[in-house]
Amino acid sequence: MIAELGLAMLWMAAALAVLQLVAGALALRPGTAQLAGVVRPVAILQGVLVAFAFASLIWLFLSTDLSVKLVAENSHSAKPFIFKLAGTWGNHEGSMLMWVTIMSLAGGFVALIEKRLREETLIATLAGQAFVSLGFYAFLLLASNPFERLPEPAPEGLGLNPLLQDIGLAFHPPTLYVGYVGLSIAFSFAVGALVTRDVGPAFARAMRPWVLGAWIFLTLGITAGSYWAYYTLGWGGWWFWDPVENASLMPWLAATALLHSCSVLASRNALRTWTVMLGVIAFSMSMVGTFLVRSGILTSVHAFAVDPTRGSFILALLAIYIGGALLLFALRASTVTEGARFAVLSRESALVFNNVMLCGILGIVLIGTLYPLLTEAMGVKVSVGPPYFNPVSAVFAIPMFLVMAVGPVLRWREDKGGRITWPVAIPALVSAAALLVVELLFAPINLLPALGLALAPGLAVASVMPLRGRNLARTPLPIYGMVIGHLGIAVALFGMASEGAFSTEKLAAMNPGDSQQVGPFKVSLQAIDPVAGPNWTALEATVAASYAGGAATVLHPQARTFANPPGNRTESALLTRWNGQLYAVLGEEGEDGRWQMRFWWKPFVPMIWYGGALVALGGLLALLGRVARDVKRLVAVDKIAYRRERQGR
Amino acid sequence: MSTIIKAKHQRLVLIVFALVALIGAGLLAAYALKNQAAYFYLPSELAAKPPEAGRAVRLGGMVEKGSIKTMPDGVTINFFVKDDKARVPVRFSGITPDLFVEGSGVVAEGRMEGTTFVADNLLAKHDEKYVPREMKDMTSQQAKAVIAETK
Repeated sequence: MIAELGLAMLWMAAALAVLQLVAGALALRPGTAQLAGVVRPVAILQGVLVAFAFASLIWLFLSTDLSVKLVAENSHSAKPFIFKLAGTWGNHEGSMLMWVTIMSLAGGFVALIEKRLREETLIATLAGQAFVSLGFYAFLLLASNPFERLPEPAPEGLGLNPLLQDIGLAFHPPTLYVGYVGLSIAFSFAVGALVTRDVGPAFARAMRPWVLGAWIFLTLGITAGSYWAYYTLGWGGWWFWDPVENASLMPWLAATALLHSCSVLASRNALRTWTVMLGVIAFSMSMVGTFLVRSGILTSVHAFAVDPTRGSFILALLAIYIGGALLLFALRASTVTEGARFAVLSRESALVFNNVMLCGILGIVLIGTLYPLLTEAMGVKVSVGPPYFNPVSAVFAIPMFLVMAVGPVLRWREDKGGRITWPVAIPALVSAAALLVVELLFAPINLLPALGLALAPGLAVASVMPLRGRNLARTPLPIYGMVIGHLGIAVALFGMASEGAFSTEKLAAMNPGDSQQVGPFKVSLQAIDPVAGPNWTALEATVAASYAGGAATVLHPQARTFANPPGNRTESALLTRWNGQLYAVLGEEGEDGRWQMRFWWKPFVPMIWYGGALVALGGLLALLGRVARDVKRLVAVDKIAYRRERQGR
Repeated sequence: MSTIIKAKHQRLVLIVFALVALIGAGLLAAYALKNQAAYFYLPSELAAKPPEAGRAVRLGGMVEKGSIKTMPDGVTINFFVKDDKARVPVRFSGITPDLFVEGSGVVAEGRMEGTTFVADNLLAKHDEKYVPREMKDMTSQQAKAVIAETK
């Protein structure tokens, strides 16, 4: 009953999306105020209906209703509660329903609260959002129905892939999806503004909070995903340039560029076409990512869909939306008038430079990700990994970091070189000193980690420079947001460079009682014992690790075996200190009875994720600042209107 | 004298700058891909036309039965990867994937050192749902041999 109800609500929501599109499109002609009035309530209702449909799927998973095909194939009655819940989106159909849910809720939310935009542009935006949603409704209802029943209820579910039975799964996909799909709002805004030829500061101010929100979630999702891969895969790496990781990085790069060009458009009324273009690109990258991940052309733990028709379906959607938006852009871009002008030395120029660098990195990642697919179509199998991505993206990343250190202290429109001597010289000196220290004390280090170690401290100093000479109590929140976001990049960069430069690894076969030296740590294997969890059994090592002769800390790396479905997973153990992390993995027992153990000492590696969290925090502060300002402005406008009304009496 | 760019020039300057950077990125990517992409080899291809020493490549085939030998350090293994025409000696140090067993398929990432393939990483078939991309094809090419050996 619940399944049928969910399906019915999904169909009704799809019908409302059709109405939203048709009414919105017709309302663009003059004299159709009644039609235009329909669009907002329909968008809100559509969001509510889909939310109920998604809630009913969650209900089916929580109650393990085995007459539903999706539940029987992906859940198991013996799973812990949290994984029953997470199992809702740990599969193809459920994750697509979550995608549509977030998309419609976001559209409903825009309809509910957006007041700054011209009504006409907003209607066009909501029609655009309905158009995008419709493709995904069709995909869901025609090619991946999550509510399909089995002819006979299954006796027991097949369970969830062990790699996915992790607390990270409960949060990682929803976070990334909010980010991906949040960008659909930017896409619809761009389409709406192109349709009504209304590209200006008001449009940028309306779009900015949505981009910021989506970008915060993307940042968090990528950071959490990186940490999840780091500790569950047991390979000790934090970024593999895996196509799935790239799929999340590309929208982030585009959204970062969009965010910055939005602020140029909002403050200075420049970069009009560029901002619209980035709005289109950002969500296109989300869809390319979804296509790569969900179509089954890549094989990974993320690829649920093996049905080739689904891949073709997503590819067709991709072609329609990206092609359509680019066509609209090509037709209308020339009618968007030139924005305000600026000098070569100005904040706008710095932002433009970094926008282009971000797009360069985006292009490099995109080419590197698609290249193996293209060559495979021609019968040549290749894989592209860090030897390509690291140096080639650094060619664009390093100039970007340099300009990023200077940009925030420059004035809008035009600046004079003499004014910014000190704010530029101090970080430059810090970086030069850091480079000297790295080269003299720690050489030989590879070029890229050495450059990273030198750039990071300078960038950290440069990122707080915009605060100099300001009254800290009266500095607006968005400025703090920028400072903390940039500082986060410096912190993460330092962590990445330190991990690349200073990691030490130890691989050994050990008997209980044996010891090994790993960097500054002395690790000794004390025992191997069997342990059992709710739906797995494991072998657990007891490892004592002491740092530089200090007191020992006990670690418990495990090798887990799952029964439903059968599978294995290593559970690494981490020991975090202020200056780094010790990483321990338990391998197999050899023929001679010794156990394979693998250890890494990774100095300052947690700074990668602290940095990511700081970047997200910066975004959050900026968002709060913007929203608070909007609320204040609305209140002020209302007060004035109220006073006028009273005086009028 | 103001450095503000003339009205009609600004858009042109921006477009040219963006195009130069993006085309530069494209060319750089193409050049780097030519040198850095890791090609996939079957044992017979590797034997017939070995890549230059030190170049990162991937090798895919069956782990020959009875060929896995553990070295005295307990973590280095030597084994042969074969197809129906050739066999290549492989050395690997590390923790092997769970389903790495003799007679089943493997993809090794690494490079040639002399006549030995030194692997940094091994990818084994995890289960029915998650097969390395190269291996799907391999089973169609060598389906009979695989079925005969794994059963």
